Amino acid sequence: MTITIAHLTRRFGETEVLRGIDLSVEKGELVALLGPSGSGKTTLLKIIAGLDWPDAGVLEVNGEDWLQKKAQDRRIGFVFQNYALFPHMTVRDNIAFGLTVRPRDTRPAPAAIAGKVTELLQFLQIPQLADRFPAELSGGQRQRVALGRAMAIAPELLLLDEPFGALDAQVRRDLRRWLREVLQQAGSTTIFVTHDQEEAFELADRVVVMGAGRIEQVGRPEEIHDHPATPFVARFLGMTVELPVTLHAGRAGAPGLDTASLPRVAMADGPAMLFLRPTDITPVPDPQGRFTVADVTSTGALLRLRLKDDLTSAEPEIEIARRLAPPLRAGARIHLRPEAGRLFPATAGIPPAVAPAIKALKESSL
Amino acid sequence: MSHLDVAPGALAPRESRTVPRLLIGLALVMTALFVVVPLVYIFHRAFAAGWGVFVRNILEPGTLHAIWLTALVALITVPLNIGFGVAAAWALSRFEFRGRKTLLTLIEIPFSISPIIAGICYLLLYGRTGLLGPWLNEMDIKILFAVPGIVLVTMFVTSPFVVREVLPLMQAQGSEQEQAAVTLGASGWQIFRRVTLPNIRWALLYGAVLCSARAVGEFGGVSVVSGSIRGQTLTLPLQIELLFNDLNTVGAFAAASVLTLLALVVLVLKTVMEARR
Repeated sequence: MTITIAHLTRRFGETEVLRGIDLSVEKGELVALLGPSGSGKTTLLKIIAGLDWPDAGVLEVNGEDWLQKKAQDRRIGFVFQNYALFPHMTVRDNIAFGLTVRPRDTRPAPAAIAGKVTELLQFLQIPQLADRFPAELSGGQRQRVALGRAMAIAPELLLLDEPFGALDAQVRRDLRRWLREVLQQAGSTTIFVTHDQEEAFELADRVVVMGAGRIEQVGRPEEIHDHPATPFVARFLGMTVELPVTLHAGRAGAPGLDTASLPRVAMADGPAMLFLRPTDITPVPDPQGRFTVADVTSTGALLRLRLKDDLTSAEPEIEIARRLAPPLRAGARIHLRPEAGRLFPATAGIPPAVAPAIKALKESSL
Repeated sequence: MSHLDVAPGALAPRESRTVPRLLIGLALVMTALFVVVPLVYIFHRAFAAGWGVFVRNILEPGTLHAIWLTALVALITVPLNIGFGVAAAWALSRFEFRGRKTLLTLIEIPFSISPIIAGICYLLLYGRTGLLGPWLNEMDIKILFAVPGIVLVTMFVTSPFVVREVLPLMQAQGSEQEQAAVTLGASGWQIFRRVTLPNIRWALLYGAVLCSARAVGEFGGVSVVSGSIRGQTLTLPLQIELLFNDLNTVGAFAAASVLTLLALVVLVLKTVMEARR
């Protein structure tokens, strides 16, 4: 099952939810669609499922045009964020549903269906729940049933919408590990949507980062973490400290910054933005330094310093292991030594304020 | 709220019970006076002259025909309204289309319009000098002063009941279960029968019960289009009025007791269903 998506666009009224998506997924891959609310990731998943339709673009699976195919005929397994279990059926009947609605000539015999359901209940480690109703299950148990229902029709493609979104933190972690094993054993191609990068990185072979209807970056988790392709990805993956610098012969420089440990980059000379992780910066006491320590707080293992940038009057926050920190008090002047960072052209990137605006748009349209 | 559910400890100060008792007593007296006494009185008057007279009055051909006609009208209108109600609720809750808001408003109209206006509208539309009158006359189709007219007006009056019960439920449930069924390969009919219908069955039955109650009891609209032909177009409420005007009090009360009994059955059904919903 190879999926090819090209130039896919989707708009709801005035809002462009998908603005030209190009993506291919290989057989057996486990792919995460990662992005903030409003990035279009769920819409993309629903289009692949046949629950929504694009305005333009291509969706091919094994060379077959899936936009000509109804959802019923695609034979995919879809797990909804809130599971959408049938409340009036027992767990057993929920799981059997996809088999019992087959046309008579392809429908397995009742005994075969019962056997398949029992097998799935064992596989998902919930045989004791067979005769319960969804209302009698916990969130984690419902999720297993929803997965079982989707897997009963032996789908080649499994689609999961925020699979852990409705669970609390502890259950989330346990189920994540469990799901990874289940999916590996089942061997189906899987695409899941999440806004939680930890989830995406831990589960997926490949992560697709989406922002405002576009794919920002596709790659293995560590690739994305170490080399964010755009300012959007860098910001989405965690706190950033953003400093304007000037590039000269591939080296970034700015007053009050010791950039000796940063590698040279192949970028044109001129202004640029340096993106740093708060933990990748060493503060160095310096009476002539550009930054003033505004305050110091301890999280236990880390010291968090709020700085005041005398040049731009920004207030970046940096973190440093408490053991390694030089003695610093509020009011001390320092300069910064970035240990690792990413440079982007000064004009690139969406300002952080845009993401909430898009979210608000989506919510108001509902 | 929650602290009221807990029985107060023995040392809690006692509140005066006078005012609550007074209010409860007042409510009970009013209910008895306005609801219970008239209802009991109907049965009392119906049986005043004894069982024999009661049965004879019920078996009087005019009354018997009225009972039959009322049942027939209900048997036609209720299933039609169930079909219409589910279809409308499905369309309104699952699809966005032009005119959706208008349809939502139109569905409520029979509730806000006096039934007699519905009757007059049908009179003006299908009457001999009405819009469709000459054509209907030519085709020899009789709608007014006949069963079709009574059915039409009853349908108009009772049409909102099923939608009103089913629509909020379908909106609250959303369409995810149906989408799940779609991805599992179910056809439209299978989705309706195995996912949608079981989810709305109690609301649907409840709506149907309310609809039946109204269909059986409708007076104003029906009286305009029925033409009050004895033994032909009199439903039970019309028959009661007729008997009353004929000064046949025992007959009127006998017929009324049948209608009341129907209403009480509906009330019991309704209570049972409210508990199940």
